[in-house]
Amino acid sequence: MIKTTAQKIYVGLIFLFLYAPILTLMMLSFNASRTRAKWGGFSLKWYADLFRNREIMQALWNTLLIAFIASFVAVVIGTVACIAINRMGRRSRAVMMGITNIPMLDAEIVTGISLMLLFISFGLKFGLGTILLSHITFCIPYVVLSVMPRIRQVDASVYEAALDLGAPPLKAFFKVVFPDILPGVLSGYLMAFTISLDDFIITHFTKGAGVDTLSTKIYTEVKKGIKPEMYALSTIIFVTVLLLLFLVNKAPKEKRGKIQTVKTG
Amino acid sequence: MKLNTVKHNKPAGRLLSAPFLLWETLFIIVPLAMVFYYGLTDRSGAFTLENVAAILGAEHAKALWLSVCLSFVSTLICFLLAYPLAMILANMNVNQHSFIVLIFILPMWMNFLLRTLAWQTLLEKNGVINNILEFLHIPPLNIINTPAAIILGMVYNFLPFMVLPIYNSLVKVDPNVINAARDLGANELQTFFKITFPLTIPGVISGVTMVFVPALTTFVISKLLGGSKILLIGNVIEEEFTQAGNWHLGSGLSIVLMIFIIFNMVISAVFDKNGEGNML
Amino acid sequence: MKKELINLIDISKSFDGELVLDELDLNVHENEFLTLLGPSGCGKTTTLRILGGFVSPDKGRVVFDGKDITSLPPNKRQLNTVFQKYALFTHMDIAENIAFGLKIKNKPKSYIDDKIKYALKLVNLEGYEKRMPNSLSGGQQQRIAIARAIVNEPKVLLLDEPLGALDLKLRQDMQYELIRLKNELGITFIYVTHDQEEALTMSDTIVVMNQGYIQQIGSPETIYNEPENAFVADFIGDSNIIDSIMLEDKLVSILGARFACVDTGFGTNKPVDVVIRPEDVELVKPEEGVIQGTVTHLIFKGVHYEMEVMANGFEWLVHSTQLFPVGTQVGIRVNPFNIQIMNKPESEDEEAAQLEA
Repeated sequence: MIKTTAQKIYVGLIFLFLYAPILTLMMLSFNASRTRAKWGGFSLKWYADLFRNREIMQALWNTLLIAFIASFVAVVIGTVACIAINRMGRRSRAVMMGITNIPMLDAEIVTGISLMLLFISFGLKFGLGTILLSHITFCIPYVVLSVMPRIRQVDASVYEAALDLGAPPLKAFFKVVFPDILPGVLSGYLMAFTISLDDFIITHFTKGAGVDTLSTKIYTEVKKGIKPEMYALSTIIFVTVLLLLFLVNKAPKEKRGKIQTVKTG
Repeated sequence: MKLNTVKHNKPAGRLLSAPFLLWETLFIIVPLAMVFYYGLTDRSGAFTLENVAAILGAEHAKALWLSVCLSFVSTLICFLLAYPLAMILANMNVNQHSFIVLIFILPMWMNFLLRTLAWQTLLEKNGVINNILEFLHIPPLNIINTPAAIILGMVYNFLPFMVLPIYNSLVKVDPNVINAARDLGANELQTFFKITFPLTIPGVISGVTMVFVPALTTFVISKLLGGSKILLIGNVIEEEFTQAGNWHLGSGLSIVLMIFIIFNMVISAVFDKNGEGNML
Repeated sequence: MKKELINLIDISKSFDGELVLDELDLNVHENEFLTLLGPSGCGKTTTLRILGGFVSPDKGRVVFDGKDITSLPPNKRQLNTVFQKYALFTHMDIAENIAFGLKIKNKPKSYIDDKIKYALKLVNLEGYEKRMPNSLSGGQQQRIAIARAIVNEPKVLLLDEPLGALDLKLRQDMQYELIRLKNELGITFIYVTHDQEEALTMSDTIVVMNQGYIQQIGSPETIYNEPENAFVADFIGDSNIIDSIMLEDKLVSILGARFACVDTGFGTNKPVDVVIRPEDVELVKPEEGVIQGTVTHLIFKGVHYEMEVMANGFEWLVHSTQLFPVGTQVGIRVNPFNIQIMNKPESEDEEAAQLEA
């Protein structure tokens, strides 16, 4: 009993540590005072102001647009790559996975400056396009790492059976293989989207002047002091995601419970 | 047999891997080569080792040494916090792997800069934490704008990258292997040190690399929590690129960083051949 | 009978509110090869895990050599386990695996080295000291798991479906190996399996379990020839189990026909279950049989033909070396010694347990 209580307290403290800043930011979004040092009473003012702040709205739009497109492209390239890697021999597979791992193991600052140097050398105009190319690049590994285990579990004979029964390869893939790897693809997409949304370092090096995502916008505001509207926006995003995850997670959980009772019964 | 039947389809495999390989070459390999090119040349394009050797300059060496120290301490703290946590989580039989991953990923939906900045609010002289400490009659914590605050920021930001690989390698340990050790006479402590821990080393190594590299190279955490006085190697490089505009020097210093990173990659490749310690 | 080594007394255990073992009593003797046999979920593995100390019972006591060990942790028990999927330590080589228990007990190095040699010789894997577990085949890993357990000189070896993952031929070879090992070591084996053939081949004593209850304890011959209830009869080998009425001592009415038998003491006109093994059903000319029927199915099985005969509304399973083509009219005869009479289950619980089969 003592042991489990101590364990619970420990887990609780760690989660307090992880979530304390989030609670702080939520509090600040309701703070009537403009400085974060003083509590000036409860207010929804910043939520109202938020939608009138065109700069923040533009940065939000850029952030979401980049996250959507980058994670989608990364999912397509990454999933196709997984199918290819799965068909390779041991050696080529190891090489491919090694390449995949480079941006994961490499420092973000190195990835950032290396892409910056690339875009400069090729004379690309820094802006949304360069950010997008960079984000796709660092999203691909996350997709590969979540799809790969799934695709390795797929019984190859299922695909062959579909071919045997007369399905053309593409149709066979989408009818029998894709549904099996879909959970991996979805979690890869979600992961890529999250990482893209949260990225600052690589965006910092590959964005052009005048183009901002939420991260870079916040970074420029650090010295002047963060606009409280930013807290309001983060709170809205966080709570929305929390609600969505709650709704999505609820349905499959019930199903899982049923399967378990059948198994034990 | 099953594997062979798939493998005979090799040309199709190569074709499918083309977009990926093309992308990775263009946006990973070529850019890294460019870092080396810039780092090993001067403005006129002539070969030089000056940019790399610049790390030996007093200021750069100090920044690198401080970075190494802070990231080492952060990694150690992350490991000490994460291993027991991962063990508790693995023993809870939550049976919901994705849920565990989720609660560690979820904070990322609140911007990383804002979350780190929030620690300023929490750590300030009259901040939340000091108010609580005062209430409990404990002396106040004045760590804002010190290396300690940077360590805290590093541990805060990178702890999940240590917990998840360790958790993943722990849940993969067959409970009967633990039972077998107990059956053969090992007590709980012996079982842990002789069986459980050695079997989870791939996860630990993976966690260490996932924490050490970003901590070593960060320039954001030091900027947000360390005030303007503390310079880490990441800050030096960042300034060379965004303010001083000396890409050659910045690249040269990056090459030094990459030596650490490559060392890390080799270690993780040796210890984690099967990708067992992956985060996801 | 030999000395009792282990007594399980009144053991109950439930998981998530589901009763897995219900007031189980079991005695194991010294130097006995005892097999816990039953379908999955019958409680056999839980019983073994309680013995090993990995599961503690909700109720009841485990007595080992006269001492209560119910709350003793696994590392303090004088028995060793061979796990289902071997559970070898993949980060150690074979020698380190085998030496594990001895090193924990701080045995001298020369002693450990001798033991490793001896154990590898015993399981026919000499020279494998430096190999890693993952480089061995399933059968070899199994032998290492056994070697790792026996070097500790346990008084009892617990084996949890150790042959389950092996293919048929290897499984048969390993059965002989295990019998040889047991005789060489002179210790008690407690063996869990769902494979009745395995149980019949190796055991001194078979404990048939179902739904947390012991259905029957006996030698392989007794279990096979004199099953005590329909569950045991059905689970061990093929059999014809027929609702019948015991008319009087040594006379039973099966499907309306009178058969002589040898059992007494069931009373008169008492409903009973009759078990007749398929090889004990004799097919003869229609006029020579007690009842008459028609062959409906025929399969060649190698050693014998397997036939189904429809007679008096019951489909009889028959094994015979003599061929009777489908459609043949036959008579059925049974030697009185081969008719096994069983009481109908008394409690509803018991009946449910039997029906489950």
